[in-house]
Amino acid sequence: MSGQSTYVPQTGFTRWLDSRLPIVRFAHDTMLTFPTPRNLNFWYAFGAILTFCLGVQIVTGIVLAMHYVPNENMAFDSVENIMRDVNYGWLLRYVHANGASMFFLAVYVHMFRGLYYGSYKAPREILWILGVLIYLLMVITAFMGYVLPWGQMSFWAATVITNLFSSLDQISGGLKVGTHVATWLWGGFAVGDPTLNRFFSLHYLLPFVIAAVVGLHIWALHVPGNNNPLGIDVKGPQDSLPFHPYYTTKDAFYVGLFAILFAVLVFYAPEFVGNPDNNIPANPLVTPADIVPEWYLLPFYAMLRSIPQKLIGVIVLGGAILTLAFIPWLDTSRVRSNRFRPLMKQFFWVFVVDCLVLGYCGSQSVDASLHLGGIEVSLVWIARIGTAYYYAFFWVLMPVIGLIETPKPLPDSIAKSVLGPAE
Amino acid sequence: MRFALPLGLLLGLALSVPAAAAVGDRAPLKHVDWSFEGPFGTFDRADLQHGFQVYKEVCSACHSLNRVAFHTLSEEGGPGFSEAQMKAIAAGYKVLAGPNDKGDTVDDKGNPLTRPGIPADHFPPPFPNEEAARAANGGALPPDLSIIEKARVGGPDYVYSIITGFGQKPPAGFKVTDGKYYNPYFLGWNISMPQPLTDNQVTFVDGAPAKIEDEAKAVVTFLAWTSEPHLEDRHRMGLGVMVFLIVLSGLLYLSYRRVWKDAH
Repeated sequence: MSGQSTYVPQTGFTRWLDSRLPIVRFAHDTMLTFPTPRNLNFWYAFGAILTFCLGVQIVTGIVLAMHYVPNENMAFDSVENIMRDVNYGWLLRYVHANGASMFFLAVYVHMFRGLYYGSYKAPREILWILGVLIYLLMVITAFMGYVLPWGQMSFWAATVITNLFSSLDQISGGLKVGTHVATWLWGGFAVGDPTLNRFFSLHYLLPFVIAAVVGLHIWALHVPGNNNPLGIDVKGPQDSLPFHPYYTTKDAFYVGLFAILFAVLVFYAPEFVGNPDNNIPANPLVTPADIVPEWYLLPFYAMLRSIPQKLIGVIVLGGAILTLAFIPWLDTSRVRSNRFRPLMKQFFWVFVVDCLVLGYCGSQSVDASLHLGGIEVSLVWIARIGTAYYYAFFWVLMPVIGLIETPKPLPDSIAKSVLGPAE
Repeated sequence: MRFALPLGLLLGLALSVPAAAAVGDRAPLKHVDWSFEGPFGTFDRADLQHGFQVYKEVCSACHSLNRVAFHTLSEEGGPGFSEAQMKAIAAGYKVLAGPNDKGDTVDDKGNPLTRPGIPADHFPPPFPNEEAARAANGGALPPDLSIIEKARVGGPDYVYSIITGFGQKPPAGFKVTDGKYYNPYFLGWNISMPQPLTDNQVTFVDGAPAKIEDEAKAVVTFLAWTSEPHLEDRHRMGLGVMVFLIVLSGLLYLSYRRVWKDAH
């Protein structure tokens, strides 16, 4: 898409096709000759890894849907049937369930990488925002997928999350807008059979929406081309390499390593990321002692629980994801990569730790506390500080540090930096 | 980095200090070296067969095993009964029969019609419904055991600890609720189930020792299999997949290095 096409059809058929539907030319230009910075490191393999994850989820999901029954009386049994009687059903389900975790692991690495190397800055703002949209769609899809087995945690997670909308009652007076929204989402007056059915329908639909937005994401990537660890622009052909064979082989290797980790989880610890309560059939009359989401949503869950006022908690939760879409304009620094930003780099790593701390807070019961050498610190307060830092990082530190920081000098070019000044 | 490291250390330090145990908290679980643990784990056949006998003679008086079909008893990766043994086991159970040729589902006395089990049947439950189960157990519902070990934190260790955790003296000041039993591994310490197993409660058909620990280990292994009947399949396939992926990644690494040889 960027640069001139170098594709030359070799046969009569491809010449005929090229003047009618230049699909081979498109594939050639985007997947083979596409000029890619020559200094992309390991962290840039996660785009390919995420494509792999989406493919795995769609393929296993389609087969699982052939055996799954979206009915409140049969859903749990149909999942157990998949685990016991469907040929390799246990494999499909464990790959799909753990695939969600691997997908989120990869997307978080991908997002932190983009954050570290400033991949959201001009001219890649739309690319970044499409990424935020994909992430949001992933969260919604994963949440609905988690509801489908209709175990205790499925049912109660659905109840807690859909009830968040009822907080709108607090600002809509007698209209009870929130209650109406929740009733509309449920298709009834509580989470039940209609809810399960629509979640199944949407859980099947949304991955294809994700695939479409991924298409836009890659399109938006191919206009300015990849960012790189130095954060400086590609200035000429000496700075780049064709995508194939250089990055096809490099990405394939890292996808292989990722698949090994994936396989360890599927074959040797398939229930590791799951919650034992979800092996108990849903029971609307028995509330589990602790309702916790899957690990990848724990930081947001910690934010929600740390705010005593429900509506504000919901706003803080939604705002945390929405904030990501504004980063391109919150960061005032003209230097992309944190390699050359000594001050920002430190706050970046504090931010990574902050997300992990928030995740830990979300995983513990709401009244838990830490014992720091005899002093008892309530986790709610740690989560509050964590939430404050999360927001401050984007809305205060990013704009301010960009203005006051003195960045290190940037290298002249990618080629000089990689190959040394001698060439 | 300057802040990150101390913060991480601080967190690690904080987590390493355990909170004081409170009344009703679960005691630390007992651990047994399970045959099915680890990447190469397989079920101990003798434990599976003994465990089946313990379930049949003891647990099944109150606990259902609704999701387990008789035919799985002779399938690969299971207890390893022969097909004839499995059919005999199935035939030993009475399962609800459908309407007979007169369209009746009950006999002259009003009892439901039954027939001997066949391999396709599942283990019949001890009670016809939840209400009957609760009525017979002082209001408590004995849970179905099919996937019990995946449905409890601690899995096999938890079930083992519960079964062998009876007969201890409650701590001073803790009063056991009437009609309940003290078990420190159960959340709240008041469990509705009386002690299910004692030494030599089951006489194993092959004369194997039947101390309570042996019986518990056997039935926990059996219930690990009912929870995860394809575990051996999974471990076997996992080995093949790991070898394949490691070789594949090795080859991919070589091609990556070769392609990049002149690019650095």
